[in-house]
Amino acid sequence: MIITVASGKGGTGKTTVAVNLALSLDGAKLFDCDVEEPNAHTLLRLGELDAQSVEMPTPHIDQDKCTLCGKCAEFCQFNALFVGKDRVLVYPEMCHSCGGCSIICPEDAIEEQPRKVGTLFTGEANGISLVFGELNIGEPIATSVIKAVKSRMKHDEVNIIDAPPGTACPVIETMQESDYLLLVTEPTPFGLHDLEMAVNVVKELGIPHGVVVNRAGIGDGSERKFCEERDIPIVMEIPFDRRIAELYSVGTPFVEDMPEWKERFRDLYGVIEEVVNSGE
Amino acid sequence: MKVCVTSSGPDMDSPIDPRFGRCAYFIIVDTDTMQHNAIENDAAMASGGAGIRAAQTVASTNVEAVITGSVGPNAHPALQSAGIKIMTGAVGTVREAVQKMKQGQLQQISTPGPAHRGMGMGRGRGMGGGRGQGRGRRNM
Amino acid sequence: MVSEIAVISGKGGTGKTTVAAALIALSEDTVMADCDVDAPDLHILLKPDVKRKSDFSSSKVAEIDPEICIECGLCEDKCRFGAAHPPEIDPIACEGCGVCKLICPEKAISMRDRVSGYLYESETRFGPMAHARLLAGEGNSGKLVTEVRNLGVSLAERNKSNMVLIDGSPGIGCPVIATVTGIQLSVIVTEPTLSGIHDMNRVIELLQRFNVPGLVIINKYDLSMENTKKIEKFCRQNGVDVIARIPFNPIMTRSMVALQTMPEHAPNHEITGILREAHQEIVKKIEK
Repeated sequence: MIITVASGKGGTGKTTVAVNLALSLDGAKLFDCDVEEPNAHTLLRLGELDAQSVEMPTPHIDQDKCTLCGKCAEFCQFNALFVGKDRVLVYPEMCHSCGGCSIICPEDAIEEQPRKVGTLFTGEANGISLVFGELNIGEPIATSVIKAVKSRMKHDEVNIIDAPPGTACPVIETMQESDYLLLVTEPTPFGLHDLEMAVNVVKELGIPHGVVVNRAGIGDGSERKFCEERDIPIVMEIPFDRRIAELYSVGTPFVEDMPEWKERFRDLYGVIEEVVNSGE
Repeated sequence: MKVCVTSSGPDMDSPIDPRFGRCAYFIIVDTDTMQHNAIENDAAMASGGAGIRAAQTVASTNVEAVITGSVGPNAHPALQSAGIKIMTGAVGTVREAVQKMKQGQLQQISTPGPAHRGMGMGRGRGMGGGRGQGRGRRNM
Repeated sequence: MVSEIAVISGKGGTGKTTVAAALIALSEDTVMADCDVDAPDLHILLKPDVKRKSDFSSSKVAEIDPEICIECGLCEDKCRFGAAHPPEIDPIACEGCGVCKLICPEKAISMRDRVSGYLYESETRFGPMAHARLLAGEGNSGKLVTEVRNLGVSLAERNKSNMVLIDGSPGIGCPVIATVTGIQLSVIVTEPTLSGIHDMNRVIELLQRFNVPGLVIINKYDLSMENTKKIEKFCRQNGVDVIARIPFNPIMTRSMVALQTMPEHAPNHEITGILREAHQEIVKKIEK
């Protein structure tokens, strides 16, 4: 089972839902795919963490073989190569690791070498297994780190994924292969607008989904109308509660302080399980 | 001597464009005769690596120096490797910038901008190892 | 010259857009640019009247001519993005690198422009606005951000305005890098939560890399005084001024639900006063 918690907008409570859901289920594992700004671990008490490099192949030029013909820089769509007077410069942070330069080089002067773009962390937190990735600052391409995080999932276990915000490529990368998507929104015009964008993506991917309304009660109820119109079930509502906001600010998952919520998250899981099983 | 001035318009009386990689035009000027021609900078709209692509364009014109406002950390090593001098701090029109250079009033830079160190607040949490970080090298 | 000021946050949901909209309402002759192209929200409050819409195409996407393709599988073998499945290409996965076209022995593959979003030039009750929308699943938002910024600057020049206020996107990746490169000032809206602090640190580190001065606004500061103090200490150590502390108050959300900026919704409210002072600090910093 893979449940991905996503939201069109940042700050709607996506991480809160993912963490509290994982903590409420026995044996669930938590995966934080928001590798630009991983946050799940800030809500948890971390034990020992194992850190591993995430690497991408990047060109290395054999300057002796290179004739400065310029074919590599001309081919590169990402401006990662510069042909100077006496050498070719490589800008590794521009490179998308497509491998084209080493194919096109007529002198066989380009060899790809691994380069670290981020870190994969695995460990235990609050009694559950946590995997998260962290993209190095200044690196633009998150997908390789996301792939590394997802590679640690086992399909026969309960995997809860915290997705990056938005609807851009890292989000699609994260959502793929999910059995169910929980879309977290807040009842504000911003929240509704971003929910609509997320719903459009999810419908295209064809993955079963439901909505969690966070900070319920502050808006005008237009999110309910929207969900009704688009035939999307609202599977949970978390009220606008200063206590929950305060617990979040100091890094305490609210199910630990408000145990009645554990039961509600378990019920939520039951609903998801039913939907997923009925689809198979 | 032949120089390249980054410009917001195609002629000598256009205001200079202080950005190197994303300037609108390169004005190639012969400082002895003040003869010139304009090249559109196709890197201005690059999603990433504009400075690198712009440097490649400038390198192909065989100029001795570039006059601009500032050069990013990507374009800097590229221009150096192409053997092109970098004169920064230019203001006013293209013509004025060339005059200033002739009078020796522009600054020639030879080292890239300052490197920035990372910082580590709130990164404890048993994560072990800080964040090694090299020079600023990105300019999208 | 036109100054560009970006409001960014690292973490989403800190109140960045609400603050940006308030700053716009408090400014005169300011052009707006919504660079949060993945999830633009500013238009919800500003209700822009679109004057011009143009296609945005940034990258290329590969296309296989099924008539020519012999399904030899070479492209599938060489594609690093899992996009080539001859005789088809998965356009969502394709990065437009051109490797498949390069190696195809039958020359069955071509690269075409991909429409990945739209750029808008608009008018609002506070002045001109540049904004955009990236289609779902499209990458390369960095370039669209650059186009929105360019449009913003040209709108400012046309309107004899000397300031563009940018609403940036969350994170520290490509769109944020494209937002802050070469701007004059950045205003970071953070909140006293552990994740807010964590993300603010990463954003400040990014700004230092790009030599962009920053100012900090702490939103909902009274949610955790302990964390607010941490933020202030960190900012002091890094030479970043904290220019405002906004208390936790549902009126911020209510103004948003009413589709108004804070100065419109509650002109005499304490929070509007705080935002007004912050605006003056920003103007002062720019004039320096």
